Amino acid sequence: MVADGAAPVGWTTRHPRANAQATTFSEPLEQRPDPLSAFTVDAAAELGGPDWLQARRRAAAERFGAAELPSEQEEVWRYSRIGELDLERFAPAPTAAQVVVDLPASWREAGATVRRGDEVPEGALGEGPDAFALLNDAFAADPVVIDVPRGAQLTEPASIATTVSGEGAAAFPRLVVRVGDGAAARIVERTGSDAGAVLSVPLTEVSVGPNARLDLVTVQQLGPAAWQLGSLVATVAQQGDLRVSTVALGGDYARLRTECALKGRGANGDLLAAYFGDGTQMLDFRTFQHHRAADTTSNLLFKGAVGGRSRSVYTGLIRVDREARGTNAFQTNRNIKLSDDAWAESVPNLEIETNDVRCSHASTVGPVDPEQRFYLESRGVPPKVADRLIVAGFFDEVVRQLPGDDLVAEVRDAIAAKLDRVAEDLS
Amino acid sequence: MSELVISDLRAGVDGKEILHGIDLTVRSGEVHAVMGPNGSGKSTLSHVIMGRPGYEITGGSVTLDGRDLLALPTWERAQAGLFLALQYPTEVPGVSVDAVLGAAFEAGGRDLATVGPAVRAEAERIGFGERFLGRDLNVDLSGGEKKRNETLQLGVLAPRFAILDELDSGLDVDALRDCSRRVEQATAEIGLGVLAITHYTRLLRELHPDVVHILARGRIVATGGPELADELEEHGYASYLPEDEAEPDAAADPFVDPFADPLA
Repeated sequence: MVADGAAPVGWTTRHPRANAQATTFSEPLEQRPDPLSAFTVDAAAELGGPDWLQARRRAAAERFGAAELPSEQEEVWRYSRIGELDLERFAPAPTAAQVVVDLPASWREAGATVRRGDEVPEGALGEGPDAFALLNDAFAADPVVIDVPRGAQLTEPASIATTVSGEGAAAFPRLVVRVGDGAAARIVERTGSDAGAVLSVPLTEVSVGPNARLDLVTVQQLGPAAWQLGSLVATVAQQGDLRVSTVALGGDYARLRTECALKGRGANGDLLAAYFGDGTQMLDFRTFQHHRAADTTSNLLFKGAVGGRSRSVYTGLIRVDREARGTNAFQTNRNIKLSDDAWAESVPNLEIETNDVRCSHASTVGPVDPEQRFYLESRGVPPKVADRLIVAGFFDEVVRQLPGDDLVAEVRDAIAAKLDRVAEDLS
Repeated sequence: MSELVISDLRAGVDGKEILHGIDLTVRSGEVHAVMGPNGSGKSTLSHVIMGRPGYEITGGSVTLDGRDLLALPTWERAQAGLFLALQYPTEVPGVSVDAVLGAAFEAGGRDLATVGPAVRAEAERIGFGERFLGRDLNVDLSGGEKKRNETLQLGVLAPRFAILDELDSGLDVDALRDCSRRVEQATAEIGLGVLAITHYTRLLRELHPDVVHILARGRIVATGGPELADELEEHGYASYLPEDEAEPDAAADPFVDPFADPLA
């Protein structure tokens, strides 16, 4: 998957590098040799299932075949490693992603349902944002649809564990969560993979109904050679409330694009993330807070640290439509750069079409604050320990907001393990 | 009996010398006040002794019972028994006072199990609300709570010498009295030696100094008993400064808070 199998070196500049691997499709379609032999219409059709699903997969595969793969020339792929992607190294494997869904008994009793694979109801699957979402549409072998009925108050979290395995396997996890009017639910999703070079292309669709609330957490701990090209697309109806929290720690290159559309009056969408890179990995986030109705609010807080030669990208857009009077939208991205060779890009953006709004964005990239380090040192704390406390504390603003003490403890431990891996970078 | 000896200490910032040779000895149980106008080098003195980055030491020495403190990194100075109560305690989000003191105890080979009870006992003594204990260090604390928190940490760490950098800035009279009393008790209970750095005499009405030094333009220009503070109260610093420079502009100190209330 990585061009020439070589580990990327350098990357201390902020300039998008030339694509080592020319995956351009500028020639007319019929003249282009088909390099994606494994991702064919026939392969999609072989997944079987009900007619509507087969037809849908075929159509998506056809559209994908005709589409161009994105390149770093596109703003939303700028700074990414998309140029290194060689799809020919992968083949779709229906069993590459093992998804275990665990609904507590209280969910079943309240009428919540999970339907998956061939049982997925027609009309439940929507559209994703790009060519990889099409690929997911075509090759998602085992889509999962979770429905929370109106009014259900589910305080116990449901959990979803997705594990991707198989050298050269391409996996397409698909999750749809629909929360009915006035319902409330929490879902914690954990994604991992084996040590092999796998490609995971997850697509998650979320819809939060009127006055409903969903707290969705994803803890990503993919293996060191895994690639992820993920998308999450969410809509929130009137007075609905969505919080999406992402903890991203694994992968060689792990990208997540998050779109949150606030469609109904008074809807709220909060996006939180904690990400921590080490070694040569790259963590890549694109966010869209789309205010489409009046009196909507959104609050984004993404906090990251990069050590070793790792890199991170955050680019985000707050878009406020003309109809979205009274919008409150905030976007904060803070990054700690733990080593000279690590690199963090942060590009917040605003696009506002009405006057009656309160919006702000803030972004920082810097080392561990020397003032904080001195303060702790002056109490007798060695600098390496001080740095650990400061970095863990930096993340804690996000981590402590995660639902449930066990989850908070689990994520703190995972961050502590990351801190062990970057111990050399701490002063 | 311990001794903190500052001898001909010279230090500055960006090649500009601010301290032009300071001599000062503090012994266990003594309270020394260093008083001086803005720009006299008070904060530089406290920062240099603790090893804050950004200063150059150009001469002299600081020793604690003969041990060369200037050769040690900051955290080892603290472990050697030195404490600095900062004028502007730094906010450290996500880090609790227990975590910091626990890490300090661990690094010093002290009993970790005693940290929690000691923190709670000190909080009670200093009137630091229990509700603040779980909070992030210095985040969303008032000026008075920050100084109580500094004093609490001093109490738990039980150092041999404490430098109090403008303990009296940014806090109300109640907090000032509580903090001063706790420091004074420590001089009797654990033989704490104190170097209290201040611009104003109000601190010295609560924290009774044995010795008062006047620092002006980077030099100690007078040393005496508590009566020296009374004299300052009456006449100000004018007699210690050149006539054309009654209150010189602050020297290039990188850590002076430009937004601080000058009357605080």
